Amino acid sequence: MNEILLKKSLSEDVKQYIVNAPLIAKKALPGQFVVIRICEIGERIPLTIADSDPEKGTITLIVQEVGKTTRQLGTFAQGQKILDIAGPLGTPSEIENFGTVVMIGGGIGIAPIFPITKAMKAAGNTVISIIGARCADLLFYQDLMTAHSDEVIITTDDGTCGLKGFVTDALDELIQSGRKIDRVVTIGPPIMMKMVSILTKKHGIPTIASLNSIMVDGTGMCGACRVEVGGETKFTCVDGPDFDAHKVDFDLLIHRLDNYTPQEREANSKFCNCTDKKDRG
Amino acid sequence: MRNNSPQKTPMPEQSADSRRSNFDEVPLGYTEELAIAEASRCIQCKNGPCVSGCPVEIDIPRFIAKIAEGDFDGAVRVMKEKNLLPAVCGRVCPQEEQCEKVCVLGKRFEPVAIGRLERFVADWEFAKGGEPVIKLPPKTGKRVAIVGSGPAGLTVAGDLIQMGHSATIFEALHEPGGVLVYGIPEFRLPKTIVAREVDYLKKLGVEIVTNFVVGRTKTVDELLEEFDAVFLGTGAGLPWFMFLPGENSKGIYSANEYLTRSNLMKAYRFPEYDTPIVRGERVATIGGGNVAMDAARTAVRLGAKESIIIYRRSREEMPARNEEIEHALEEGVQFQFLTNPVAYHADPEGWVKEIECIRMELGEPDASGRRRPVEIAGSNYRIPIDVAVVAIGNSPNPLISQTTPGLKTTRRGTIEVDQTTGRTTKKGVFAGGDIVTGAATVILAMGAGRIAARSIDKFLETGIW
Repeated sequence: MNEILLKKSLSEDVKQYIVNAPLIAKKALPGQFVVIRICEIGERIPLTIADSDPEKGTITLIVQEVGKTTRQLGTFAQGQKILDIAGPLGTPSEIENFGTVVMIGGGIGIAPIFPITKAMKAAGNTVISIIGARCADLLFYQDLMTAHSDEVIITTDDGTCGLKGFVTDALDELIQSGRKIDRVVTIGPPIMMKMVSILTKKHGIPTIASLNSIMVDGTGMCGACRVEVGGETKFTCVDGPDFDAHKVDFDLLIHRLDNYTPQEREANSKFCNCTDKKDRG
Repeated sequence: MRNNSPQKTPMPEQSADSRRSNFDEVPLGYTEELAIAEASRCIQCKNGPCVSGCPVEIDIPRFIAKIAEGDFDGAVRVMKEKNLLPAVCGRVCPQEEQCEKVCVLGKRFEPVAIGRLERFVADWEFAKGGEPVIKLPPKTGKRVAIVGSGPAGLTVAGDLIQMGHSATIFEALHEPGGVLVYGIPEFRLPKTIVAREVDYLKKLGVEIVTNFVVGRTKTVDELLEEFDAVFLGTGAGLPWFMFLPGENSKGIYSANEYLTRSNLMKAYRFPEYDTPIVRGERVATIGGGNVAMDAARTAVRLGAKESIIIYRRSREEMPARNEEIEHALEEGVQFQFLTNPVAYHADPEGWVKEIECIRMELGEPDASGRRRPVEIAGSNYRIPIDVAVVAIGNSPNPLISQTTPGLKTTRRGTIEVDQTTGRTTKKGVFAGGDIVTGAATVILAMGAGRIAARSIDKFLETGIW
């Protein structure tokens, strides 16, 4: 169990891992995640289950190398094992035939939006997907999103692929064009989800955001991931990760994600120094 | 020869000064000589009330007699008849409320230091090394799934394996031990001690599966397809908050998170270990139980200049063990009694900067028999802090009850059981420990595990529910 069967680069700092985890693969539903720990001294981090294959017993994890743990995982070779994987965790996304749904994935958020998109399409929705990134090099999964959507709109901040601008620009255009939209699901950087939420609230479109809080156990035990939704404290790991975006306090989420920035920087630079030395030596 | 000292033989401990800056265990344990001296205080009274004071019914006078004779191996044997986790119990049981409370000697003098002797026996056995002293009966072929590897689950597993059944423990975290590894700090219960008790169970044949979240990875109903019975011992892992304004500011932890980061994840050794923790200079811990003491003492060791406990009643009503309160005081933890937080104030970046409190006075006794704290209007004041730890209690995690049809819960979220058997409302499913009682002690969970193991054995034999 837990072996990396296939490792692939999706963009400069994003890697895809197909991991042998039969029990989790059998149970995983769109919107759920795992908590992993890669080594004995490692921290526990949550990762969305981007796809699962119950027959093969595999799950797909997509990891952006932003901190020490994700970068160290990046050094793992195919065949190597991830020490601990627990899951599937979290409440699965609400999937039904809503009519027309717009699925918005920004940056690494494209990974978690994919399984929900696939399920929405399978449930009979007309699916319009908007995926965006800073530039073309950071985009991935265009083919898979296209395969499971009726329409895909791509945006990049610098215009190197698709429309130049933000995902919200594309969404605004869709709304302005008079398309009837029954639901929006958005996953990405908190500021992007906040902007999407402000826009859809104005137009009264029900919107779900999947939150990426800091977690430790991922089972409701610690409260590291608490967020405020409609003025109430919720735990992202068990009450979410999906919430009514119009009720989420995104500013609090943004603050709380910043909780360990100095420590992350310290761990990261220590890790860089180590790997640099190794490279030289 | 009997030792007539009116006082317990003192146990050597690390000085308050040195331990403020390390996570090593505080009490150092008896030597053989000290243990014999203390064991010789026991008068071997006829009725042995201490045995009935013990939730797992250890034959206390007999193991103490063995120590007094210098037959430590014999003492181990007596101990392990009833308790497979003596190194843990000797450290964290509230003996002063159980065995030692009813000790005949305690009527006039200090009772026999049963807890310290229990700890000595366990540590002596480990130092000696070697294989389990227990002989196991032939296998019955019956299989039991145990959910949760805390004190209740470990006890059930140990008892069942000694009855000839197979026992498989499913643990959600990556390490077995439950609250013994994530909650109780290293300086009170070294993790190597928990690991060796767990190893002992493994040597007896108990199987432990980590990273398995029952309710998610598999449901209780799915376990019932593979196993003849299921025991639920998932504890009280859902932390309470007070839902005060500003409580979700950065720097405010639940005790569960603060302790899990420090204990299970070893954040006190960051960056050697990867998990970070905010090391506050001024740390407020809210609550008056053992968990609050653990958090406040952890804060001291993480370098807090001031570690302050904020408790709404007075010292008299504090539920923490006296020993823990004393240790905290020695280490410089400050106590603000009759004080309750009403709000937190944060800076523009969202970091907690102040805790706003209100003074309390004690009114009429409440349902718990303790005098109810009442706010003194207009007495609000603020304390500057950079970390706060909310240690006001926990309730059971609802994951299992939500995913198990037919399992009845109470209004408080605990699982309904028949107290004498540990049977739940669902056939083949038993429960015990904090998941039934709400947050309590290690030994009560072990006692509940013992009761459940007996009735599981009966159920496996007869099939009668």
